[in-house]
Amino acid sequence: MSLTILVFAKQVPDTANITGQAMKEDGTVNRGALPAIFNPEDLNALEMALQMRERFGGKVVVCTMGPPNATAILRRALYMGADETILVTDRRFAGADTLATSYTLACAARKYGTFDIVICGRQAIDGDTAQVGPQLAEKLGLPQITYVEDVLEAGEKTITARCQIEGGYEIVKAPLPLTMTVVASANVPRPLGAKRLAAFKKAKTRSELIATHGGRDYEDANALAAEEETMRRKGLWIHEWNADDLNAEPNRIGMAGSPTKVKQIESVVLVGGEYKDIPPTDEAIRGLVHELIEDHILS
Amino acid sequence: MPENFYLDNPEIRFKLQNLGLEEIVAMREHGFTQAKEYPEAPEDYPDALDTYDKVLEMLGEISGDLIAPRAEDVDVVGPKLENGKVSYAPGTVENLKNLSDAQLMGVLLPRRYGGLNMPTTIYTMMTEMVSRADASLQNLFSLQDIAETINRFGDDDQKQRYLPRFASGEVDGAMALTEPEAGSDLQAVQLKARYDEASGKWYLNGMKRFITNGCAKIHLVLARSEEGTKDGRGLSMFVCESGPQLLVRRIENKLGIHGSPTCELQFNDVPAELVGQRRRGLTRYVMSLMNGARVAISGQALGIAEAAYREGLKYANEREQFGKAIIRFPAVYEMLVKSKLKVMGARALLYFATKYVDLRDVYEENNKVAEQTTDVTRRAEKDYSKIAAVLTPLSKAWCTEIANQVCYDTIQIHGGTGFMKDFPAQRLYRDARITNIYEGTTQLQFVAAIGGVMLRVLDPILQEFSQLPYDGKLRRLASAVDMAHDKLLHCVDLVEKKHDSDYHDLMAGRLCQMESIVLISYLLLKDALQDKERICVAEGFIRVFLPELDSHAEVINSNDYSMIDNHEAIMAF
Repeated sequence: MSLTILVFAKQVPDTANITGQAMKEDGTVNRGALPAIFNPEDLNALEMALQMRERFGGKVVVCTMGPPNATAILRRALYMGADETILVTDRRFAGADTLATSYTLACAARKYGTFDIVICGRQAIDGDTAQVGPQLAEKLGLPQITYVEDVLEAGEKTITARCQIEGGYEIVKAPLPLTMTVVASANVPRPLGAKRLAAFKKAKTRSELIATHGGRDYEDANALAAEEETMRRKGLWIHEWNADDLNAEPNRIGMAGSPTKVKQIESVVLVGGEYKDIPPTDEAIRGLVHELIEDHILS
Repeated sequence: MPENFYLDNPEIRFKLQNLGLEEIVAMREHGFTQAKEYPEAPEDYPDALDTYDKVLEMLGEISGDLIAPRAEDVDVVGPKLENGKVSYAPGTVENLKNLSDAQLMGVLLPRRYGGLNMPTTIYTMMTEMVSRADASLQNLFSLQDIAETINRFGDDDQKQRYLPRFASGEVDGAMALTEPEAGSDLQAVQLKARYDEASGKWYLNGMKRFITNGCAKIHLVLARSEEGTKDGRGLSMFVCESGPQLLVRRIENKLGIHGSPTCELQFNDVPAELVGQRRRGLTRYVMSLMNGARVAISGQALGIAEAAYREGLKYANEREQFGKAIIRFPAVYEMLVKSKLKVMGARALLYFATKYVDLRDVYEENNKVAEQTTDVTRRAEKDYSKIAAVLTPLSKAWCTEIANQVCYDTIQIHGGTGFMKDFPAQRLYRDARITNIYEGTTQLQFVAAIGGVMLRVLDPILQEFSQLPYDGKLRRLASAVDMAHDKLLHCVDLVEKKHDSDYHDLMAGRLCQMESIVLISYLLLKDALQDKERICVAEGFIRVFLPELDSHAEVINSNDYSMIDNHEAIMAF
């Protein structure tokens, strides 16, 4: 048995390490102020894919839609053991909501061709919608198992998985090909491999390869083709697809394809009986910590 | 909060970038010719340095995020021995899986056996970070030295059979040297190796004690192969696998490094293979193994010291007494500054030592091939070997002693709380205590180093450092160190001319410490030349430690024999 597994991952701002400038005036995330990381639950999705490959054979392909520097998470996927990676990137994809994103990813999955399983993390830590995985399944016309914690069995035609539900779990069996979304409790993502890191740190997209030759004016097509061939052979090639490569309809991608608008952002303050307002300054926070220590609430 | 023990400690990266490892890496990589065959092999020096940097960053993440949070549980739970089978604490099992998934179990080994072919310097940086996270895990991590010893002295067939299994993490190792009656004095080893003519095989019989990870799958064993002999020349080195004839009789209940099982072993006719030549077990192979282990323990101690300093600093910032954070009291910040200087000095000395260990190793390897060997390479091997033989024990003594001092001060900074088992400080304090005992006590490190100190092996290096283009304050500081160096030379001369072995032995430790202080002072001055921000560090070290050097000099120069003459009388009271 050999499974082709597509993992869709997202590069996200590290919202677990919020600093003062994390939010812009309009209430959207200030991506520049936060380090960009591999979305945590997408790492669980990748780990699950790698474990399935170890158990059942096959290959793991990781795809992300994002700006050119999102290749950082694709290289990280290679360091963990992914076989192949794809960057879906185009200025025209910018500003996509979950509808436009899932449409774009569905186009990428179709362009990839034949596969058995699509795995996504349950949700990304920047938007917290948990919509892209399920929408992707709908657009691809595939059955979906969400909130997967463990894959119990994979047959030639079906997958049996255990899913998290409120107050317990359920066991679901579904036909291949299918889509799954994975939760954080599913596994502990493996560390990177030192040897894979040393080898795949050189993995590049075509744009990155051209950049090493001094930028966009580089036009030696033959030399480029030869280099591409060598890199492909070594597994160092990161596919780079734009809107044209995907045959995406212009009005369904990016801003144009995104009906979602942020109407208002509200900072909700929960009101209790007695409270103290701590201003978000380093000094005030230090004061609070000291107070808690003095009161023996923290030790 | 994600922690990365490489990114949060720029000192390691500073060392990596400023040590100047070009020659070592080029020779280890055979002129960067392996890139065609192995995708992970570097194409040139910057490529290699970049890989080291990235791999260290990756291990920094594993150490900070995964290993460190498990350290307390590992310490409390520890390994268990049930029905003759040792099981690690669950945290240790996960740690080892992480390290083996990260492909870090064959750091030094050649690529053809699945290793990373990295220098000892990089391996030691890894050691430091792993130990900062969990000192007891470092004991298991650094047993890679077993594989390295087989790589160095085993035959091709043994390398093929054992090394890939080490590199993949499939097997772990132990070195079985110590016996109840043979601790510091390994010449007294009695475990018997019997050669069976009929089968053409060796069998081991006897006891070993205090064996770190004695439950390992593969053991390197020092055993008496020559019947009737009594000294080190009757000992050979063997490799054997665990099996029903090899019993773990007990595991020790130790003060520290709880995660690492220390075993008593009974060998009942265990089949074994000879490694290398007969009779060279102690004199050549164990000495080499021990030197590697001494570097590793230095890294372990440095990691503990780094962790302890950070705990002290954190507590001193948080704890308020008399209306302010205690770090604002001179008596407290003095402890912290001295600890920091000791740690920075240790790091300077240790990575300077590993550089010479690496230089020795690449030339030794080079000179195994006749057509690559010239007078120049032979000379280089000899010189680097002598320097490494002094620097290794000096750094082991320095790193392990200061680790204990830093932990002591960290407990002191914690006050009464430090005496309770609520903070990591107490674990670090206990873990540090073994480092200046095993792999040769500090006293024995001085014995190992004193020959080279008396012969002034490091003088050419010290003179070179003295003549770097210092100016202004650095020049004044360098002059102070030059004078300290002169005092050292004077003391060496004085001890030499006495021709008195008791006085020589008694002063050996002081001379070694003087040597370390002079060398570290120069190393920190050199760092300050590269980075002006570090002038305060060099100045701080020199101001704190030259008075200490002076006090050693005063004792040596005093011609005071009262210790030798009166020790029995005093102890008789």
